[in-house]
Parts: sequence; structure tokens; C-alpha cells
Amino acid sequence: MNAVYVLLIRQLKRYSRSRARMLSALGQPLLFLLGLGFGFGPIFQRAGQGNYLQFLAPGVISMSILFTAVFTGIELIWDRQFGFLKETMVAPVPRIYIMAGRTLGGATVALFQGFVMTIFCLLAGFRITHLGSLAGALMFMVLIAVMFTALGTTLASVLSDFQAFQLVMNLLIMPLFFLSGALFPLDLVSSTMAIVAKLNPLTYGVDGVRGSLIGVWHFSAVHDAGVLAAIVAVLLALGTYLFSRIQL
Amino acid sequence: MIRVRNLVKNYGDFAAVKDISFDVAEGEIFAFLGPNGAGKTTTIKMLTTLLKPTSGKVELDGLNPAVQQNEARKRFGIVFQDSSLDGELTAYENINFHGILYKMPRKLREERIEKLLKIFELWDRRNEYVKHFSGGMTRRLEIARGLLHTPKIVFLDEPTLGLDPQTRNQLWTHMKKLNEEERVTVFLTTHYMEEADRVAHRIAIIDHGKIVAQGTPAELKEQTGAETLENAFLKLTGSTIREEEAGDVEKLRSTTRLFRRGRK
Repeated sequence: MNAVYVLLIRQLKRYSRSRARMLSALGQPLLFLLGLGFGFGPIFQRAGQGNYLQFLAPGVISMSILFTAVFTGIELIWDRQFGFLKETMVAPVPRIYIMAGRTLGGATVALFQGFVMTIFCLLAGFRITHLGSLAGALMFMVLIAVMFTALGTTLASVLSDFQAFQLVMNLLIMPLFFLSGALFPLDLVSSTMAIVAKLNPLTYGVDGVRGSLIGVWHFSAVHDAGVLAAIVAVLLALGTYLFSRIQL
Repeated sequence: MIRVRNLVKNYGDFAAVKDISFDVAEGEIFAFLGPNGAGKTTTIKMLTTLLKPTSGKVELDGLNPAVQQNEARKRFGIVFQDSSLDGELTAYENINFHGILYKMPRKLREERIEKLLKIFELWDRRNEYVKHFSGGMTRRLEIARGLLHTPKIVFLDEPTLGLDPQTRNQLWTHMKKLNEEERVTVFLTTHYMEEADRVAHRIAIIDHGKIVAQGTPAELKEQTGAETLENAFLKLTGSTIREEEAGDVEKLRSTTRLFRRGRK
């Protein structure tokens, strides 16, 4: 288990030493929070839907976790191209531990980014209405972080160049975010859109975080947690399998 | 210590390594010499579990790396041709990371790190980020790291590439000392003929994925009637050895991958 720990610490050290990375990962979620939160707020209110910032903040928190988590896959490609992966691959450590260490490291960084975003949301006027459910929100944030870090690692195990990875990520991330109910309530969407949203794993994460923080659920805590846990298990298994097949 | 039988590695129709067999005895320094794309690095990768052979058998210290991967990995240290250090970590963090991965007890780890960093004159720079190191310093750190867990076998893939003559000498002095005192087996690839001649007990010459000759430097010279190893190499392969460029086999692998993707 030392290997898992040391790989996790490595990720944290690399992250803490890169201010540019910290700041750039906050840029887009902040833009959504401020631009949409304040821009659409009055329209949302006029439509009788209440405070848009309250609705949007959990989505933006989930978004910052999603972006950071998925892009940890780039680190794997980086390590593969610049050699560090070889150092871990020849070590007497089962590859499942290496995968676990990398995933936990990436997820921890993503989670931290989610916390920072939560603070920004609070500063912008977001208010947590269910203080007692903070633990629940944390659980959903962890699930989102692990799920998308595992997805990033899975894809990076198959794609070995930066351009291909970024193209796939761009194709994947924005639709995941826009079709997750992060920006608009799912109760009022068309049946097609509702089906698409149900197929999107982030939908359950956003719903879980939102439900825990402000008490507004589209599904339920048990339903969201169950779906997320199942997807996490599948992605971890798939990621471990593909990671173990990497040849350098 | 190392036993290789009928080792083959194919990438599609291209055979990078063709049915090679050799033995390296315990405590021996064995050099692999060959021109670009001859299959030297591919062989090292197969011996060190990074690459799966198409066919053939490998034995490291009596272990089959294909089955007893982690046990086999404990037995060897490796210095790769390209850097495998993390530039965002300090020299100490990089080497300490290695020690933890190899489950070295803390006290022993700290002692060995200090000893090796002092030998390779990096102790005073231990807290600096590797990204600020020169090529020679990076190489020295890689070598120190490869030796940290006192491996029985050390694989050195072009270890002195980019090193100044002084550091090169220092490295070989240390490796020979280690080899003599601790009976560490060394498997190296190099394109410096004089280095192989001076350091290696035995040499295998590989060309187009096949071993064309093997023996002691004296035997190879005698066999070809050449006065120098360079001439012996020329007679055996019909070409002079050149500076290593980006691995041809690596390029071929990338092309093959792209080609396969295109066909899907």
C-alpha cells in the first residue's frame, strides 16, 4: 500500500507546485458561475423558479471536479511520453496499486478544486440550506472525482498522444456538463432530453450535490449514490484492466 | 543470472527481435552492441517486463518474469535510455520515491540515498527540482536511483549517453567496483566501442534484430581478424555504429498503431 500512498503524495506535490494549473482549472467554472449565475438569475426568478445562483452553484462545483478529474488522464500521457511511467511500471508493485494511487491522487486534487469552487460560490452569494447534509455532498463530490479520474485514466491508457486525448475529452466533457442538469432543471425538459440526461453519469453527481446542499432532488440520494457507485466500480475495473495492458 | 532463449518480438510484419538466445553469468558485465534500430532497447524492455515478447523464454535469477513479475522486478535495477525522472520533484524526492516503491526500510533508504548521492556528487543539489538539472546531472541521478535498492542485476540502456568523459569514467569506475565487490551482474547497451571494450567481460553484437556474434572482446577481434572492436563490428555488421537517434523501433510502433487505427 506504500505505493498507493507515494503515488498519491506525488500527485499532490505536483499540483501544489503548479499555481498556473490551480488557477486555470478554476477559470471556466468561475465564468459559468458569475456569467450565468448573475446573467440568467433575473430571468430564472421571473419565470418563478427561484434563485438561479442557488440552483447553479452545485452544478458549477461538480463542473470544477469533472474538469480537474478528467484531465488527470493527461498526466498519465505526460508520464508515458516523458518516461516517468516506466519507473513505476518496472517497480515490484502490482499495477492495480499504481492505478489506485494515480486515481486517488487525481481524485484528491479534483476534490480540493471542488472545495475551492464551493468557497467561491459562497462568496458569490450561494447559501447551503441543509448544513447537516454536508457529509452527503462530500460523498457525492468524492464519487464524481473518483469516477471521472478513473475515466481519464481509462482513456489515457488507450490514447497515447496529447492531441487525441484532448480531442476526445473536449468531445466528451462539454456534452457531459451541459446535459447533466447542472445549468437547468431536468423537470421541465423534453422526454428525449430527459433520456439523454439519465444516461449521463454526471447527472446523478450534480443531483446528489444539489440535493445534499439545498435539498432539491430530481432523483433521490439512494438512487444517485447507487448509480454513481456502480459506474465507479465499472470504470475502476475497466481502467485497471486497460492500465495493466500498457506496454512501453 | 540472465538466460534468454529464442526471444522474438514482432510488430505486425516487422520483426524487431528475431530469435535471440544468450546467457549472462552472475557477476558478469555483458554488453549489447548494435546500430540504430537493431533491437537493443526492445530486448531490454522485454527483459525488464515492460514489453511482452511475441515468443521465447526469459529467466532472471531463476525467475520467469512473465509469471513471477514482481519477484523478478525486485532483482533488477534499470537506467533507461531516456530520462524517467519527474522534473517537478526534487532529486531527493525522486530517489526516495523509488526506495518507497521498492519497499526499502526508511533507515536503510536514507543511508543508501545519502551514500549514492554523494558518490554521484549530487548530495548538495538534492533539494533542487530535477527540471533545473543539466543532462549529465539527470543521468547521474538516474544511475544512483537504479542502484538504490541494491539490485542483483543492473540494466543500463545507453547509460553514458550525453555524459562528459569525466562523469563517464566516474560511472564505470563505480560500476566496476560494484560488480567486483558485490558481484552485481550488469547488462548494458552502448554505442561507445571503447567503453564496451574496456568494461564488458562479454559482448553480443546485434544487427537487424539478430545476434550476429558473441564472445569476449578479444574473441570477437580474433574471430574477425580485426585489431579493434570497431573494426570487428564493421566486419560483422557491414556498418559503423552511429549516434543513437530517436528509437527507430519506437517510431515504427507509433506508425503501426496509427495504421491499425486507420484500418478499424
